[in-house]
Amino acid sequence: MSTLPPLTAVESNDPVGTPRRIALVRPDTRPSVRRTEERYVMTFPHLILREVILFQVVVILLSLAALVFNAPLEEMANPVETPNPAKAPWYFLGLQELLHYFPPVVAGVLLPGLVVVALVVIPYARVNLTAGPFWEGKGRGTSLTVAGIAAALFLFLAAFRCWAIAIPTLLVTAALFAARGTQGPGFRGALSRLSLPQWIMTWFVVVATVLTVIGTFFRGPGWSWVWPWLSVTHP
Amino acid sequence: MNTISLAPLERWLRGTAVFRSIVRHGASETNRNRSLIVFENLFLHVHPVKVREKTLRFSHTYWLGGVTLACAVLLVATGVPLMFYYHPSVPQAYRDMKELQYVVDNGVFLRNLHRWAAHLMVFTAFLHMLRVFYHGAFRPPRQFNWVIGVVLLIVTLLLSYTGYLLPWDQLAFWGVSVGTNMAREAPVIGEKIRFLLLGGNMVSENALLRFYVLHCVVLPVGLLVFLAVHFWRIRKDGGVQGPSDDAAGSIDEAGS
Repeated sequence: MSTLPPLTAVESNDPVGTPRRIALVRPDTRPSVRRTEERYVMTFPHLILREVILFQVVVILLSLAALVFNAPLEEMANPVETPNPAKAPWYFLGLQELLHYFPPVVAGVLLPGLVVVALVVIPYARVNLTAGPFWEGKGRGTSLTVAGIAAALFLFLAAFRCWAIAIPTLLVTAALFAARGTQGPGFRGALSRLSLPQWIMTWFVVVATVLTVIGTFFRGPGWSWVWPWLSVTHP
Repeated sequence: MNTISLAPLERWLRGTAVFRSIVRHGASETNRNRSLIVFENLFLHVHPVKVREKTLRFSHTYWLGGVTLACAVLLVATGVPLMFYYHPSVPQAYRDMKELQYVVDNGVFLRNLHRWAAHLMVFTAFLHMLRVFYHGAFRPPRQFNWVIGVVLLIVTLLLSYTGYLLPWDQLAFWGVSVGTNMAREAPVIGEKIRFLLLGGNMVSENALLRFYVLHCVVLPVGLLVFLAVHFWRIRKDGGVQGPSDDAAGSIDEAGS
C-alpha cells in the first residue's frame, strides 16, 4: 500500500510572479488570453496606488485652477436683452459655427445626428476592424481617386463659402499624400501607418477643432469675423 | 534606534473584534491578503486581483478615462454642497450665485471647482474616445463597450449643458436659448422636443426647474448606471487595451 505525498499549499509573495496555468484557447477567444508571456502584477498596491495618486493630482490641479480663475458670472438673465453674439458652451460652438454656413436643419440636426450614428457603428463596420495602412499595396488609381474625392469635397465646401472646413480638408489631404511611400519611425512614418478609418477620424477631429476654435475666439457681433487680440468683447 | 514604531498599534487594531468585523483580511504583506483587499471590497472588485504590467505604463492609456472618472467624482463632491445653497427658481437662482460669492464660506472656490472640473471632464472624455479609437480598442470583444462609451459621452455633454443654465445669468440664458433653438430645427418633432425640454416655448422658470432635476437627479443616475456597465465590461473584456499588439504597438513591444 503506497502512501500519497502530503498535500501542501505554496504561498508565493513574489509581487510579479505568475502561477503556471493550462488553458484550452479557441482561436476566436478574447484577446487577453492570446498572449502568454505577459508579466502580471498585483492590483494592490500597483494599480490602486496609481489610481489614488491620479485622483489626487486631478484634485490638486483643479483646486489650483479654482483658486486662480473665477467661473464666469454675468448679469442676471434678461430675455429682452440679447447679447451679441449669443454663444453656446464651447463644446457646441463647432455646431454653432456650422450654422453660419449651412441651413439649420443640416447644421443643427442632420450633421450632429450623423456624427452620433457614425460613432456608434464604428465597431460594427468591417472596414474599421480589418483595414491596414492606407497606402499599403495601393497604386496610382488610389491616388487619383483620393485626389478626386478631396477636390470634389473642396469644391462643394467652397460653393458654400465654407473655408473653415475646406482648408482643413486640403491640409489633411496634403498630409495623406505626404504619408505615401514613407515608413519607419518619426511623424511621417506614424502617418503612413494610419488606416483609412483613422484618416477619416483625423479629418473629423481637425475639422471639429478648427470649427470650435473659430466659433470660440474668432466670432464677434452678428457672428462676424474678429481677431481675438484686436477686439474688446467686454466693454 | 529610538524610532517610534506604529507597528504594535496596528497589530492591536487589527486584532480588535470591531476591526475584524469590517476588514476580514490581514495586512498587505502577503499576496493572499493583497488579493483579498481587492476582491473583498465592493468598490475595488471591479478590478481583477492581478493586472497586466504593461497596462500600468502612462503611454498605454494616458489615464484619460481615469481623469474623466476623477472629474466625475469631484463633480459629485462639489455638486452636492452647491445644492445646499441653490434654489431652482427665478430670480432666486441668480441671487444664490451672489450668495455663493459674498456670503457662503468658500462659495466661490466651490463653484469654480465644479465649473472647471466639468470643462475638464468633457475635454478628457473626448480625448479618451480618440485614444480608444486610434488604439483600435473598439475591436471585438469590446464593440459594445465603445457604444456605451458614446452614450456616456452624450450623457456627459447633457450634464454639462443642463448645468450651464443653472446660474441663471445672461451667459446661461442665451447659451441655452441658442442650443435649444437648434433642437427646434428637427423636422416634425423639433418643436415638441423643445417644448418638452423647456416646459414652455422659451427658456423660463419651468426650463430652469427641468434642467435642475435633469442635472441633479436624472442624468447623474444615468451616468452612474452606464459607468457601472462600462467598468464591468472593461474587466470582462480583458482589461484596458492600449496600443494594439499587431499594429504600431509592436514597436513598443520590441522595446520592452
